[in-house]
Amino acid sequence: MNAPVPSSVSRSEARGPGEKGSALPVRDRGLKALAGWARQPGFLLSLPALAVFIAGFVGPLALVVIYAVMPARSFGVEHLPTLENFVTIFQDSYYLSFAWSIGLALASTVILMLICWPVAYGLSRVFRRSMILTLLLVLPLFVSENVRLFGWVLTLLNHGILDGSLRTLFGWEVPDLLYNVPVTILGMVYVYLPFMLFPMALGVSMIPEACREAAFDMGATRWQVFREVEIPLAMPGILIGALLTFVLVLGSISEAKILGGQSVIMIAHDIETAFTYAQNWPLGSALSTLLILLTGVLVIGLLSKLNLDKLLSRK
Amino acid sequence: MDTPSSAFGSRASERAMRIWTLVVLAFIYLPMVAVVLASLSKIRFFMFPIKSWSLEWYGSVLGSIEIRDYLWTSVLIAALVTIISVLLAIAGALAFARYDWKGRTLYQKLILLPIFFPQAVLGLAILLWSSAWDIAPGWELAVFAHLVWIVPVVTLVISIQVYGFDPAVEEAAFDLGASRWQVFKEITLPILWPGIFSGALFAFLLSWGNFPLSTFTTGAEQTIPEWLYAKMVAGYTPQVPALGTLTTLLAGVLLLGGYWLGTRRRKQ
Repeated sequence: MNAPVPSSVSRSEARGPGEKGSALPVRDRGLKALAGWARQPGFLLSLPALAVFIAGFVGPLALVVIYAVMPARSFGVEHLPTLENFVTIFQDSYYLSFAWSIGLALASTVILMLICWPVAYGLSRVFRRSMILTLLLVLPLFVSENVRLFGWVLTLLNHGILDGSLRTLFGWEVPDLLYNVPVTILGMVYVYLPFMLFPMALGVSMIPEACREAAFDMGATRWQVFREVEIPLAMPGILIGALLTFVLVLGSISEAKILGGQSVIMIAHDIETAFTYAQNWPLGSALSTLLILLTGVLVIGLLSKLNLDKLLSRK
Repeated sequence: MDTPSSAFGSRASERAMRIWTLVVLAFIYLPMVAVVLASLSKIRFFMFPIKSWSLEWYGSVLGSIEIRDYLWTSVLIAALVTIISVLLAIAGALAFARYDWKGRTLYQKLILLPIFFPQAVLGLAILLWSSAWDIAPGWELAVFAHLVWIVPVVTLVISIQVYGFDPAVEEAAFDLGASRWQVFKEITLPILWPGIFSGALFAFLLSWGNFPLSTFTTGAEQTIPEWLYAKMVAGYTPQVPALGTLTTLLAGVLLLGGYWLGTRRRKQ
């Protein structure tokens, strides 16, 4: 990747592996190269954050994967590996909650793309990066999602905001709106909106104005510019937003519990139950492992294609 | 807008965009308004339209010693998470965007992985992991769990600032004989300050509002979002919307105050 990052800093450290003119034996040269690599300032600075990543992300997830092949209901990892938990998953119809989670994640992602595009577009072009608008759109991220979902319960409840208003104003009675699949999707779309919006706005800001103008000058229609200029150029941002919302909805619990009244059981809910009430850590781990695999393939697939320097350093 | 392009991007579509953005804002704030209304209703179970208004639930929230404990736990966790994550993220962001080093592109991607992972499952995995190390859950574990997710976010926020920073300035200071520490203190830190400031704000607010990581890691202790959830599920009182409103207000005040401080600094 051709990073636009300046490689200046003190020249002494710039010397990396493969220095010329050393007559050392191969092994020592290898060690020296390794030592030189480890002395790079960037590497040293990355260590604290990497330590948290390894101790708090890689370690726990690796342990989950190990627990996944332990016999059911065991509370240690010193057993012979077995695949019985995965057999249980397919026999006890846990795959249903997987299917629901994937379906709802897809639905929410598509809906969010449609909702967010005009706002993202406006945010980086029409509204001139209005700070107040950005703040208004960021704020919900900092309010606990439970509180906001509870707000929807209050809104949609019988005699709630919606029902109560329509009753008083027009005498209409609204049927039960809570505890079904559509309202679960509403909650997901609501909670994860910023995760789609901001990456998408980043993507839109990467469309050079000159490209649009050139396309218009050459006689492209509004729709052609949208499809053939704007969408492809904004694609990195769109993909990040889509992936983020898909993965986060896939592993969500609260929306289906609070708004959905468990009309749909999400996979994360099954995982939680297995770990807590059922006290079956290996089963919970096996379910988590499938989730880790699915998100891992998607996330690593996309991240490996992105040039983060180009994406983040735009002016 | 009077750039030539706006002639093509027709006024009608701009107006549609404005209206749609307002609709989305209404969608975002409608449930929050509902929470505020519920907190002002005198009767225990919410009915709309509200017949008798009252501020008594705010009084009972502010007077509750139980809630004061949870508030303390939340603030303690958020404050520690802010301090630690900012320190780690300053280094992490310099490694992310300032220095060119072998392994950097891999590091950039690894460090972002926790953002792309469902938090509830991460919380459970950390709980399992801590029990393997015989570490009892509590606020300390919650700080750790929050860090796993918040350090990458803050690293990203500060990195964006680092990208806009010209390393020649640092070099010039080195050439003039400044020590490494002097350069960091006098040059690097002031230039990165806006990013550090927004990073700290993000860290505090994200930790403050977090539920999925806290719920599995705080053990017997509770944060405000956990208490709100517990009361929502069983034993509802209008203290829930009252406290929900107060936490939302705090987040809003911090965000606006932070923005105001940021613009004032820039003008100086």
